[in-house]
Amino acid sequence: MVPLSYYLVLSAILFACGVAGFLIKRNIITIFLSIELMLNGVNLSFVAFAAQLKSLDGHIFVFFVMVVAAAEAAVGLAIIISVFRTRETLNVDRVNLLKL
Amino acid sequence: MLSLILFFIFAALCVGGAINLLVQKHPINSALSLIVVMGSLALIYLLLGAEFVAAVQVIVYAGAVMVLFVFVIMLLNAGVEERTEHASRVAMVLGVPGLIIGLSLAVWVVSHLAGLDRIAIGGPMVMNGSDVFGNPQAIGHLLFRNFLLPFEVTSVLILIAIMGAVVLARREE
Repeated sequence: MVPLSYYLVLSAILFACGVAGFLIKRNIITIFLSIELMLNGVNLSFVAFAAQLKSLDGHIFVFFVMVVAAAEAAVGLAIIISVFRTRETLNVDRVNLLKL
Repeated sequence: MLSLILFFIFAALCVGGAINLLVQKHPINSALSLIVVMGSLALIYLLLGAEFVAAVQVIVYAGAVMVLFVFVIMLLNAGVEERTEHASRVAMVLGVPGLIIGLSLAVWVVSHLAGLDRIAIGGPMVMNGSDVFGNPQAIGHLLFRNFLLPFEVTSVLILIAIMGAVVLARREE
């Protein structure tokens, strides 16, 4: 048996790593990976609280978060491919204008 | 005791993978370390009695989503990340560990004040007299009774996402 706060601290570490990656990385794909890391950190909190409250609602929330993350990954990667086609770069510093 | 040891092993793998994602320069290395994080998170979900969520984590996240990422990285032939000029070294050296340690300390203090570190959770849990917590049967009952409308809306969302991906990634004539 593991105390609930250990799970919460692990979740906070994963979320903070995601935020840090989002801020310091310059490759658009790595930024996207950092967002997935943040979503995983939040999912861990949901599952830990579901186990503490002995309620399955948290698992359903995690299920929906995963579905939305999958949809977001599909659309986001399509946008990345389309951006790469027009700009020939993945560096977000060079993709700072909406107009080409 | 065993679950505590297993928790520490997989938590260390998780944190190591997350740190490696930050340190690596090439996106493919970052993607592979994120797969390590997701795989060890699936085992932590099993420790929490969430069998269905663990299976979906492996199939959907570590499987489908990460395959999509790796596919796009290889399709675009993404190289080593370029460095930004005028990037602050102080923010890199102090800001990132400061953010991680600060947020985890804040969560630790709040959960200590709320008394959450005295609540031990995990292991097989009993609901309604039988050991069904978190298995697909229990999730299915809840999903198709209480959460039927959100579930159906989700299918519309997936359909729109598929069409959006096709339209966005299509080569313009």
